[in-house]
Amino acid sequence: MSEIDHSEGTAPVAPGPSTPATTEDAIRQLEERKYREGFVTDVEQDTLPPGLDEDVIKLISMKKNEPDWLLEWRLKSYRNWLTMIEPTWANVSYPPINFQAISYYSAPKSMAGDQPKSLDEVDPEILDTYEKLGIPLLEQKKLAGVAVDAIFDSVSVATTFKDKLAEVGVIFCSFSEAVREHPELVQQYLGSVVPHRDNYYAALNSAVFTDGSFVYVPPGVHCPMELSTYFRINASNTGQFERTLIIADEGSRVSYLEGCTAPMRDENQLHAAVVELYAHKDAEIRYSTVQNWYPGDEQGVGGIYNFVTKRGLCDGDRSKISWSQVETGSAITWKYPSCILKGENSIGEFYSVAVSSNYQQADTGTKMIHIGKGSKSTIISKGISAGHGQNTYRGLVRIGKSAENARNYSQCDSMLIGDQCGAHTFPYIDVRNPTAQTEHEASTSKVGEDQLFYCASRGISGEDALSMIVNGFCKEVFDHLPMEFAVEASNLLQITLEGSVG
Amino acid sequence: MLEVKNLHAWIEGQEILKGLNLTVKPGEVHAIMGPNGSGKSTFSQILAGRDHYHIPDGTITFGGKDLFELSPEERAREGIFMAFQYPVEIAGVTNAYFLKAALNAIRKHHGEPAVDAFDFLEMIQDKMALVKMDESLLKRPVNEGFSGGEKKRNEIFHMAVLDPKLAILDETDSGLDIDALRIVADGVNSMRDEKRSFIVITHYQRLLSYIVPDFVHVLVDGEIVQSGGKELALELEEKGYAWLQQHPSDETDEESVAG
Repeated sequence: MSEIDHSEGTAPVAPGPSTPATTEDAIRQLEERKYREGFVTDVEQDTLPPGLDEDVIKLISMKKNEPDWLLEWRLKSYRNWLTMIEPTWANVSYPPINFQAISYYSAPKSMAGDQPKSLDEVDPEILDTYEKLGIPLLEQKKLAGVAVDAIFDSVSVATTFKDKLAEVGVIFCSFSEAVREHPELVQQYLGSVVPHRDNYYAALNSAVFTDGSFVYVPPGVHCPMELSTYFRINASNTGQFERTLIIADEGSRVSYLEGCTAPMRDENQLHAAVVELYAHKDAEIRYSTVQNWYPGDEQGVGGIYNFVTKRGLCDGDRSKISWSQVETGSAITWKYPSCILKGENSIGEFYSVAVSSNYQQADTGTKMIHIGKGSKSTIISKGISAGHGQNTYRGLVRIGKSAENARNYSQCDSMLIGDQCGAHTFPYIDVRNPTAQTEHEASTSKVGEDQLFYCASRGISGEDALSMIVNGFCKEVFDHLPMEFAVEASNLLQITLEGSVG
Repeated sequence: MLEVKNLHAWIEGQEILKGLNLTVKPGEVHAIMGPNGSGKSTFSQILAGRDHYHIPDGTITFGGKDLFELSPEERAREGIFMAFQYPVEIAGVTNAYFLKAALNAIRKHHGEPAVDAFDFLEMIQDKMALVKMDESLLKRPVNEGFSGGEKKRNEIFHMAVLDPKLAILDETDSGLDIDALRIVADGVNSMRDEKRSFIVITHYQRLLSYIVPDFVHVLVDGEIVQSGGKELALELEEKGYAWLQQHPSDETDEESVAG
C-alpha cells in the first residue's frame, strides 16, 4: 500500500497534527510531564564533605548539641549497619549506592547554632521557597487549621501554631527540639517501634538522622488541627535522613500529613527516613503522605531514591493506626508503612495510590501483623503504571497464634497506561490462628483507547478523560485522605499525568 | 449537514470501505443496513473520529467543516454524537459526574457558562423520564454493573442531554428485548425534529419498525449497493442480503453472506 500524499489534493490522509487521543500519545506525552517543584533555592549551606564514619556521626551529634545517650545510640546503630547487607529482594534495580559519596549533613548557614530561630531570623529565600511550594510559614499567611513543621535539608526551619497546640498540651516540634526539650519522651520511644537494627536503611537512618518532626498528644486530647511536615531536599549530593516520631497517649487522636519535594538534578539522591507511630489504648493516629520527590527525567536520569521505613504500633486495646499514601514521585520507592496490631481489637488500615511513569520504579505495600485478639486490618492499594514505569505491590498479612478472630481484607488493583509498563503483586498471607478470616482481591485493568475514545465521543478531551479515569480508579483511597489533602492529591495526579494525551 | 464522498478506509492491509457516498440533510433519519463485516461499524467509528483506519481517499464534511481536521472531542462539541454498540465502563466516576463534564465541555466550546451540579440535576429530570432511567443509575459509576438494556438506555439518555445535531446509533438494538427496544425508540423519536439528523446503523429491520427512517441504505462489502425508502428495509428482511449482494459485483459468493 503506497503512502498517500495527494499534496494540494482534497484527499484526507489519516489525521495529522490534530490527531485524536491514542494510547501511544498518552505514553509519549506522559513521559514529557513536568515537575513543578524542581527549582533550587540559592542559600549558603553548611554542608559536611561526603563520607561516613564515626567522626561524621559525632560531628552531626555535636552540631545538634545532643546528649550522650543519643550519640551512643547512633554509634551503636552505625556499627550494626556496618555488619548488614543491602537488601536486594525488592523488585527494583539501580546501580550500587556509594555511601561514601553522600554528604550526611547540610543546613542553611542562617540556621546554624542549636537555638530555635524565630521566623524573622529565617532567611527570606527559604521562606520564599515554601511560599512557592504553597506552604506559607509567615504568621499572617499560615494555612488555616494546619500546623506545619518545615524541614529544609537536614534542619527544621520553622514550626507553625506551636503555641496554640501547647495550650491543649500537644507537643509538635522538630525532632532536634524534642531532644532538647523533652528528652525523656524521646528516650522512651525512640526505636520502640522501628528498632535501630530493624533493616539496612533503618540502621543507617538511626546512625545519621538529622531532623524530622516530633508529636506527643496527651491522654484524652483530640488534636484540634491537622499536623503536617513538609520535607524539602535542596542541597545536591546530600542524603536526607529524617526521623519522625508520633506518640498518641490513651484516648487521644491526631491526624498528621506529610509532603515532600526536591529540585531536579541529574544525580540520584538518597532519602532514607524512619517514621514511628505509637498508639496507646483507645488512641487513633491517621498518617497521610503525599510524596512528590523528583522522579527523574523522561530518560530515567536523576531522581530521589526513597527508601523509607514506616511503622506503627497499636500497643493499646482498641487503638487504631491508619496510613494513607499518594506516591507520585521518586525514581525508586521502597516503602511499606506497617501496623503491629498488638492491642485487643486494635485496627490497622493502609490506603495507597502509587504512580510510576517514565522509568520510575515503586515497590510498596504494607505489613499487617496481627497479635491482639479481634484485631482488624484493611488494605486498599491502587497501583498506576505508565511509560516504562514498574509498580509492585508487596504486602504481608500475618495472623499470629494469639490473634483470635482477627480479620483482614485486602484489595490490590493495578492500572496500566500504555504497553511498556508493568504491574506486579506479591501478597504474602501467613495465618497461624484458625479463627482468623482473611480476604484478598486483586484486579488489573488497562486504560484503553476504548475508554479515552468513549470520553472523547462525549466531548471530553484526552487529558481530562485520563484524569477522570485515574481519579475514579483512586477514589476509594482519596476518600480516606483529609479533605484538603484529597484535593491536593487529585491535583497532583492531574499534574503528574498532564500532557498524557493529545 | 453531513456529506461523505468516495470514502475509502483500510485497516490491517484490508480495504473495508470502498468509495462510500452519503448525504444527510437536517432532520433526516438514515438507516444503514448490512451484513456482518460489511463496514457499518467502521463507518460509524470513522465518523466519531476513531483513528485506527488508514483513509487514502475521500472527504467528509459536517456543517461545512472538514471532519478530518477535527479530533473526536471537537466533533462531539460540534454536535456529533455516537451511541456505542458496546458502551464503555469507567470505574469510580459516577454517571452524573461524567455527563456533567461532557455537557460542560460542549457548552464551553459554544461559549456558554458551565452548569453546576444543581442546575444539571434539574436539567436532566425530563431527559431521564424520556428513557425511563432510574435515578440510581446517575450515582453509579459509568456503565459499571449496568445491564445490557440499561447501558443502551444510558446512551440515549446521554444523547438527550448533550443535544447533538447528528446522532449515530451504532447497532443500538443489539441485545435489547422488545420493551427496552421500545423505550430506546421512543427516546429517539421524541428527539426527532426538522434540525436534528440521525444515522441508524443496524443489522435487522426490527428497530426500523419503531424508528421509521426516511432513507435506507444497504451496505455490502464496503459500498452502498442500494438506497431507497423505508420499504427497502422490509424487502431486505424478506429476501436477505444475498439478494443484493449479487448486484454490485458479478461474483456470487454465498459463503460470505453470514447472518
